[in-house]
Amino acid sequence: MSATALDLDLVQTLEAKCVDIRINLLNFIYRIGMGHLGGELSIVEMAVALYYHYLKFDPKNPKWEDRDRLILSKGHCSETLYTIFSDLGMYTMDYMVEHFETLETAKFGMHSNRKYVPAIELSAGSLGHGLPVAVGMALGARQQKLLWRTFVIVGDGELDEGTNWEAIMAAGHFQLGNLVAIVDKNNLQMTGTTAEVMNLDPLDKKLQAFGWDTIEVEGNNIASVCAGLDTLPVSDPVLRRKPIFIIANTKKGKGVSFMEDNVNWHGGGIAKAQLDQALAEVESTRKVR
Amino acid sequence: MATAQTTFNFDQMLSNAREAYGEELMRMADEGLDFVFTFTDNVAPSSSAGKFVKKYPDRCFNFGIAEANQVGASAGLALSGKIVFAQVFGPFLSLRATDQIHTDIAYNDVNVRLIGTHSGVTAGGGPTHNCIADLALYRAIPNLTVVVPADAGQCLKVVRQSMTFQGPMVIRIDRGGSPNVYASNDYPFEFGKAIETVPGTDVTIISAGSSVYWSMMGAKILQEKFNISAQVIDMHTIKPLDTAMVLKCARETGNVVTVEEHSINGGLGGAVAEFLLEAGFKGKFKRIGLPDKFSILGDPDEVYKFYGMDPEGIARQTAKLLS
Repeated sequence: MSATALDLDLVQTLEAKCVDIRINLLNFIYRIGMGHLGGELSIVEMAVALYYHYLKFDPKNPKWEDRDRLILSKGHCSETLYTIFSDLGMYTMDYMVEHFETLETAKFGMHSNRKYVPAIELSAGSLGHGLPVAVGMALGARQQKLLWRTFVIVGDGELDEGTNWEAIMAAGHFQLGNLVAIVDKNNLQMTGTTAEVMNLDPLDKKLQAFGWDTIEVEGNNIASVCAGLDTLPVSDPVLRRKPIFIIANTKKGKGVSFMEDNVNWHGGGIAKAQLDQALAEVESTRKVR
Repeated sequence: MATAQTTFNFDQMLSNAREAYGEELMRMADEGLDFVFTFTDNVAPSSSAGKFVKKYPDRCFNFGIAEANQVGASAGLALSGKIVFAQVFGPFLSLRATDQIHTDIAYNDVNVRLIGTHSGVTAGGGPTHNCIADLALYRAIPNLTVVVPADAGQCLKVVRQSMTFQGPMVIRIDRGGSPNVYASNDYPFEFGKAIETVPGTDVTIISAGSSVYWSMMGAKILQEKFNISAQVIDMHTIKPLDTAMVLKCARETGNVVTVEEHSINGGLGGAVAEFLLEAGFKGKFKRIGLPDKFSILGDPDEVYKFYGMDPEGIARQTAKLLS
């Protein structure tokens, strides 16, 4: 599907939202002094497209029974979701800062906890857990004939963990038509490129060999992300068909020149001067229409 | 103190907790109770669990030889709203899937009952198939209830009562037949409340699983050969430990022995020792179990005898402690 067939108003709205989220995320990380900005910036378009349009999700009722389930398996990038939850009116930014890893009053942490933040579906942080759990969720929906869909966002470096491949094999075996996985393929992991550390390619062929359909999108291009998500068939818990893996080609640190494709921006905080430059750069990408 | 009529004779009929729990799953499903069942490639079609899978295929999920994925997916099934029973080959549940037990099951606080089979050395086949470190691993994981039924009848009670229990649970059972500790199932059972199976005044033997029966036989030998009155406690819940019962017994008899089919490090003996030392216990104390070595190879009964975990060995070591 070409971008021209998309709802252009939607694309423009989501595009502007991505700028807002990047700015709020940078300010949030500056205030709490820690984060994983590289990977958090690379998933912004996918997270925004899902939470603001494609997911069945009600910020006023995050435990709505019929909601779609989104697992962020790369749980170290939770601040992107917190920032979105804040923008959706669930928490003020001040509240999140005041309850970030503050011992007894803590609600938010570098790795999200579903007991503290109801919109979080799975307490995650250790890599390689989201996909197996997502397979179980999708099987549970099938067993109960529930219409909601399970999404899981994984990192590309994360796919080094063997449990993912057990789950990928199982999802293909069970032919889970209600499961969608998204890989944030920014080609960097903590200490180097995925090609150097543990080569992942050809990822599409590997996934297809395991019984999945793949959709490739430009993961930092909201029109491309929307085009990809638009092609998803209606979630069907019972119908056996190939699960779908969206390969989102992204840039780690997207939107900030000195973070983009820079392995040194995996984790940590951000200094004031860096923040100011980053905010200016992100703001400059806002399209005036 | 909770007491129950115990069987206790030397011509004990064996019964099989692995068969019993499968039959209980069938009864519970037949009664309309709502739960799902996951397994790895370890459920024989001829077993009771195999028959359950055949009768209720839409609620059973086979994950192949992939314990970590099975346990993670079981958490997902629980998060979708189901109570999950997961049969896992015990050695690999603990050694392959502890990460998933820790994070997906316990940290996420889901209603999964992990049934770890082939406990201790009951699988046979040597150290790769020994399940001797599991209790140590489970004990260190917060928010995990760890239950080791003393016999097949108690296993039924555990499985049934787990339907109304909130939170994650591991249920540790043997591979095959083990002696019945209890003459009937008509006794009160509560998670975390230990049961006195044999009264005694000189020493308390605290045990779990089929070791309870070996301990009871050991107590009989202690009485007959050494004139020692040994009390035996069925500590079916390893975590949370019934510390009130441990303290009461330790104060009354003044001497404590633990018996378990597990490494002597970090299991029931470790739990009791840690508690008693902090409680200021000054009496004699001995852990009986598998030594800190990879086990010798042999039939389980011979392995028990070799390491002094059989009734004679329990009696001999207990008498020596008290001498």
